[in-house]
Amino acid sequence: MGMKFTFVIEGGNFSKAGTASSEVKKILKQLNVDPKIIKRTVVSLYEAEVNVVAHAFEGNMNVEIFPDKIVVRIEDKGPGIPDIDMAMQIGFSTATPEVREMGFGAGMGLPNIKKNSDRMNISSTINVGTQLEIVNYLK
Amino acid sequence: MKVQDIVEALGLKVCSGSAGLNREIEGGYTSDLLSDVMGNADENQVWVTLQTHKNIMAIASLKELAAIVLVKGYEPEADAAKQSNVEGIPILSSTEEAFELSGKLFELLKA
Ligand SMILES: Nc1ncnc2c1ncn2[C@@H]1O[C@H](COP(=O)(O)OP(=O)(O)OP(=O)(O)O)[C@@H](O)[C@H]1O
Ligand SMILES: [Mg+2]
Repeated sequence: MGMKFTFVIEGGNFSKAGTASSEVKKILKQLNVDPKIIKRTVVSLYEAEVNVVAHAFEGNMNVEIFPDKIVVRIEDKGPGIPDIDMAMQIGFSTATPEVREMGFGAGMGLPNIKKNSDRMNISSTINVGTQLEIVNYLK
Repeated sequence: MKVQDIVEALGLKVCSGSAGLNREIEGGYTSDLLSDVMGNADENQVWVTLQTHKNIMAIASLKELAAIVLVKGYEPEADAAKQSNVEGIPILSSTEEAFELSGKLFELLKA
């Protein structure tokens, strides 16, 4: 069994976007995790967190830290993703004009997660929500 | 080169986060797309952008950037400036556009 932490993510609240990822970063630093692994994990978690803020209504980030890996599940209530393969493509985005004006909506978030995690799993149900699991090995 | 050095060399305004003026700079990245910066900028870089809202500080902090330089005379929004002070990561402002500023910054940093 690992150490468990849970953070709430508010849909639509951009002023808080990144706070959950920042808390996890602090914890990983305290645990003296390899800085390279912290960097990759932080990129993945931030993108996942912002996706809940930008695209869903509310969500949770559940973090479990084991001696050999960090497992993060980001679950939201939201519109879901109709076509996950399409969503994974660089440049694909359904972000609103307001969100794009802030510099989000490049369609690079999910590809960033893929690049910065050792394992990534998405499942989604339309009009219910999305679950994303990210695993990064610590050694 | 330190943040203070580029402030002097390029005549930048220090909008916030002056406690971080002694941070060491290792290169830079110019982009207004937040996920592009998240995925491609590196620690200790200077980030050149026209985005002024608080999320730029979330990114600067998570990526441990040296400083943010806003172009075209833009100023950070109040909550971004506040966060910059908390984190000690300076937000600077230039009257130039991203192209000119990035060019000058590149010349300075490659030396
Ligand atoms: N949690 C989610 N709920 C609903 N849709 C999502 C969710 N995450 C991603 N998507 C969908 O997948 C698309 C691609 O996501 P991705 O993170 O790659 O890009 P983006 O969020 O649109 O822009 P960027 O991340 O570059 O700011 C989104 O535009 C959205 O349609
Ligand atoms: Mg995204």
